[in-house]
Amino acid sequence: MASGRTERRARACPPCGPVRSWGRRVNEVRLLSTSAILGYGFPEASLEAGMARRPHMIGVDGGSVDPGPYYLGAGKPFCSVMAIRRDLRLMLRAAVGAGIPLVIGTSGGSGGAPHLELVAGLAREIAREEGLRFRMALIGAEPERADLLARLAAGRVRPLAGLPPLDAGTVERAARIVGMMGPEPFAEAMAGGAQVILAGRSSDPAPWAAMCLRAGLPPAPAWYAGKMLECGATPSIPKGHDCLFVTVRDDGVECEPLNPIRRCTPLSVANHSLHENASPIHHVEPGGLLDTAACRFDAVSDRAVRISGMTWTPAAQYTVKLEGVELAGYRTICVCGTRDPLLIGRIDTFLEEIRGIVAEKAAAFGATPERYRLAFRVYGRDGVMGEREPLRDTTPHELGFVIEAVGETQEIATAVLGIARTNMLHTDFPGRLCREGNMAFPFSPSDIEVGAVYRFSIYHVLELDDPREIFPITYEEV
Amino acid sequence: MPRIRDIAKVCKSKNAGPFELTVDVVFDSPALYERVKASGVLGPDLFARLYGVSANQVLFTPYDAASAFKATFPRLLPSGEVGDTDVYGCQQHAPLLDVEIPV
Repeated sequence: MASGRTERRARACPPCGPVRSWGRRVNEVRLLSTSAILGYGFPEASLEAGMARRPHMIGVDGGSVDPGPYYLGAGKPFCSVMAIRRDLRLMLRAAVGAGIPLVIGTSGGSGGAPHLELVAGLAREIAREEGLRFRMALIGAEPERADLLARLAAGRVRPLAGLPPLDAGTVERAARIVGMMGPEPFAEAMAGGAQVILAGRSSDPAPWAAMCLRAGLPPAPAWYAGKMLECGATPSIPKGHDCLFVTVRDDGVECEPLNPIRRCTPLSVANHSLHENASPIHHVEPGGLLDTAACRFDAVSDRAVRISGMTWTPAAQYTVKLEGVELAGYRTICVCGTRDPLLIGRIDTFLEEIRGIVAEKAAAFGATPERYRLAFRVYGRDGVMGEREPLRDTTPHELGFVIEAVGETQEIATAVLGIARTNMLHTDFPGRLCREGNMAFPFSPSDIEVGAVYRFSIYHVLELDDPREIFPITYEEV
Repeated sequence: MPRIRDIAKVCKSKNAGPFELTVDVVFDSPALYERVKASGVLGPDLFARLYGVSANQVLFTPYDAASAFKATFPRLLPSGEVGDTDVYGCQQHAPLLDVEIPV
């Protein structure tokens, strides 16, 4: 039943630093991750095999920054709603049936307010259809803009990855900004009795670390377990979207895939430490640093691996990452290709000529050069690596093009693209024999309006006094 | 002389956040890894040359526990920026494949 009671929890807790461990001690915590991302799918049999091993919690990472800035800006998921609903239904049935928590971080792909609300709505809908009842916590991750500006003015924001310091204008211009929560908001929601916890943007390991820390396990294996679980069966071979079972104890972490076709080996698990991090050894997390330099990887069977030797150093200052994007224009594209060796032999000159024609014709209808950017992506030459392509001067037998216009408005982008496409097709070049047309177009219509384009504008860290202070929790009885 | 593509178990690239690219080369035996390490071919200068960055922009880490080398350096453009060619950064490894290692 979707329901009834909704309460906003008062943020009355006293400030506290990074929590090292909470609650009573247990010998081990068993955790089941269904896949790398909610909506990637997993075999039902793997979930059943995992549930038979009595996990204390099941969960999945709901998103990633990897698909680029669009999804955060537009408030849309990068997996389909149909795929998310399928995964969520199986997980809700399993967790509620077994009376254990289901915890999802970075809900809806980017973990902004619309992403969280999308997954919450699906959870309510599934509960209604399946007759499931549970207490649900939603943890928001979009800080109030005025609050963020005040923190910025107080000097509590620092840049990452060589970016310039954050300024107020960038905050004001942003289409959406999320903060990346650590385990503390999850732990509070668990303490608040929530069985289903859906969170906005989160550090990928945070939900898992929260469960372990609450059980009194030390932070090093707690965080390491999260690192393994955040990608489902990715630490196993063959790689695939599937479930992973992790047992966490005081002195280490044991990893095993649940599908009999996969296995974890010391190499496959060690490799996972490399995944998407700047360093394989130093993993910066909210509240501290996980160090994997001295890790040992021991096979405990032909498909399970025990990892030990990780260490955790608490940070002097608790920080969370901020991610923000701003609107960069509107895009229209067209895909085409040439098989003409005479054109391929002089393609750079040809494209320069097209640029000139477009500039003139577009200006004539009011699309002056500062109102758009036109690009010719040349596949078969340097479409994948751009300036970093070492083989761009080899001669291919065909070339593929994505013609791209990004304009101030969709109308400008489409108008400019139209002129570019027409002239790619019809413009003469010296020695031309293919007088009916230069380009093969695979589609009609040839021009595709892609919509809004966003760019990453904020990738900074924010200092917090209380790890929960910008992540409000709302509870409801579903 | 063997090339990386002949002797490595993994050679891959990926974003490390929206502004950096990270490249991993992994070997399946600690002994081979040690020989590759001793050759000195894999290091900040190699990545600087292949990817057009300066050596001091390359964070290069040999990771003994995994018989792996990792190099992290700035992307040409942030992921998904207008003009970016590889939003996930997962197809930027190819120049490494033909690097010869005297082992």
